[in-house]
Amino acid sequence: TPLAQPDEPDLESKMNWGTFYAVISGVNRHSTGIGRIWLSVIFIFRILVLVVAAESVWGDEKSGFTCNTQQPGCNSVCYDQFFPISHIRLWALQLILVSTPALLVAMHVAHRRHVDKKALKRSGRGSPKELEHIKNQKFQITGALWWTYMISIIFRLIFEVAFLYVFYLIYPDFKMVRLVKCDSYPCPNTVDCFVSRPTEKTIFTVFMLTVSGVCVLLNLAEVAYLIARACKRCMSRPEDEAKAAWITQRLSSYRQNEINQLIADHSLKSKLTVTKKSPTEQGERCSAF
Amino acid sequence: MSWPALYAQLLGTNRHSTSLGKVWLSVLFIFRVMVLVVAAESVWGDEQSDFTCNTLQPGCENVCYDQFFPVSHIRLWSLQLVFVSTPTLLVSMYVSYRNHCDKRRILQSSGRASVLNSKGQEEELETLKKRRLPIAGALWWTYLCSLVFKMMFEGGFMYALYVVYDGFQMPRLVQCDQWPCPNLVDCFVSRPTEKTVFTVFMATASSICMVLNLAELAYLVAKALNRMQPPTNQMKINSFVYFCLINRGKN
Repeated sequence: TPLAQPDEPDLESKMNWGTFYAVISGVNRHSTGIGRIWLSVIFIFRILVLVVAAESVWGDEKSGFTCNTQQPGCNSVCYDQFFPISHIRLWALQLILVSTPALLVAMHVAHRRHVDKKALKRSGRGSPKELEHIKNQKFQITGALWWTYMISIIFRLIFEVAFLYVFYLIYPDFKMVRLVKCDSYPCPNTVDCFVSRPTEKTIFTVFMLTVSGVCVLLNLAEVAYLIARACKRCMSRPEDEAKAAWITQRLSSYRQNEINQLIADHSLKSKLTVTKKSPTEQGERCSAF
Repeated sequence: MSWPALYAQLLGTNRHSTSLGKVWLSVLFIFRVMVLVVAAESVWGDEQSDFTCNTLQPGCENVCYDQFFPVSHIRLWSLQLVFVSTPTLLVSMYVSYRNHCDKRRILQSSGRASVLNSKGQEEELETLKKRRLPIAGALWWTYLCSLVFKMMFEGGFMYALYVVYDGFQMPRLVQCDQWPCPNLVDCFVSRPTEKTVFTVFMATASSICMVLNLAELAYLVAKALNRMQPPTNQMKINSFVYFCLINRGKN
């Protein structure tokens, strides 16, 4: 059947977007609620629409572009002048670049799990059950993970806005024109060239740009939500807990040679006893001192 | 070309890579394979059918296309990706060889000892399958060789692309006078700007991958030098204190 041919390339590209989806949605566990909504919007309203609909609308963009001349080469040259990059490729690149910062979060989580596993093994409690628990542990978005998450959202915003700007530079009008006039060599004079399916392309362009704007708003909302959560956490923590947490954080960030110095001076022992407000099990673990 | 199958194969080798190796794999699949399949193949799809020369002479277009595009960019990039991914299989081959030797050793030792808990042997074999070998000794050398090969293939293919196409820019117009073209004819390439954009993108991604490989090489060498120093008592105390502080920080 004549329809069989176009289906094949769609399946291939669907397979690869499918693999991509599997990779990106793995990050979903450590996202906020807004992050999950953003991911669904990306996949349903952008990737699916791109693959299912937009690619067939732009499929004949070059073959259907005809100029009112028989001069060979004029079609190619005029097409290249008015459409340096196709909308489809711009959107595909935009989607790929916008989805990848989520992998920063996945890498951070993997790194944390690795560090925890190593520490657990060193303490001699590396039973398979505990290791499984570490593998399935869901981390709270606090501390370093909060910063990684924040940076990933900011990169998403930067890529999203950058592509919208590039789109605006190349195609200043969101409307696709029906007719363009071209006089590059080898066209003999100013020829009329006709674009294929301009109205359908305009509709899809407006749709994709709207969804892009919605995604930018979702990202901004997520940034605001994370900041609000962090502020709430800062304020609701009681005084001495905050102090102990601060001291603990400072101790954890000592470098190796500073630890050496403190051990050599025998002054670490006194500092540890000051912070020992927590239950006795912590004292047991460091009972070597 | 079944890229998902290659991805599945390479994911299996991910367990024995360093973190930089895992980052390299993600960059390879997201910024190169995905972009190749999703975008670049549609840009180069009509490269020959839309290559038009300003003549009606039959055969002139074929001949001129063949002269200016001996190997298509898409094929060069697919070959490059296949060649660059395969040295990782060296590492997985070595790991399976090690596992095979250890398995044989376990089975032989159980054969010699007449009274042996078969369950204990099964557990040992299970841990053998699931363990992650530290990158030391012969595995270190294998890994290093695979990195060197990756960099050679990466650089080799980029250089080949640069030499065959005289740079990374695609010209709009080429002039050709091969037989049977009657004289010097103008031939027009389809979508030259879009092709230039993608060529530059793929070259950039390729360079990023090379930089990652260099970084991984430096990391491996540094790790090996670090391992050669014997651990002092001071270092043992340090790691214990560090572990205590991590736990304190967690609670």
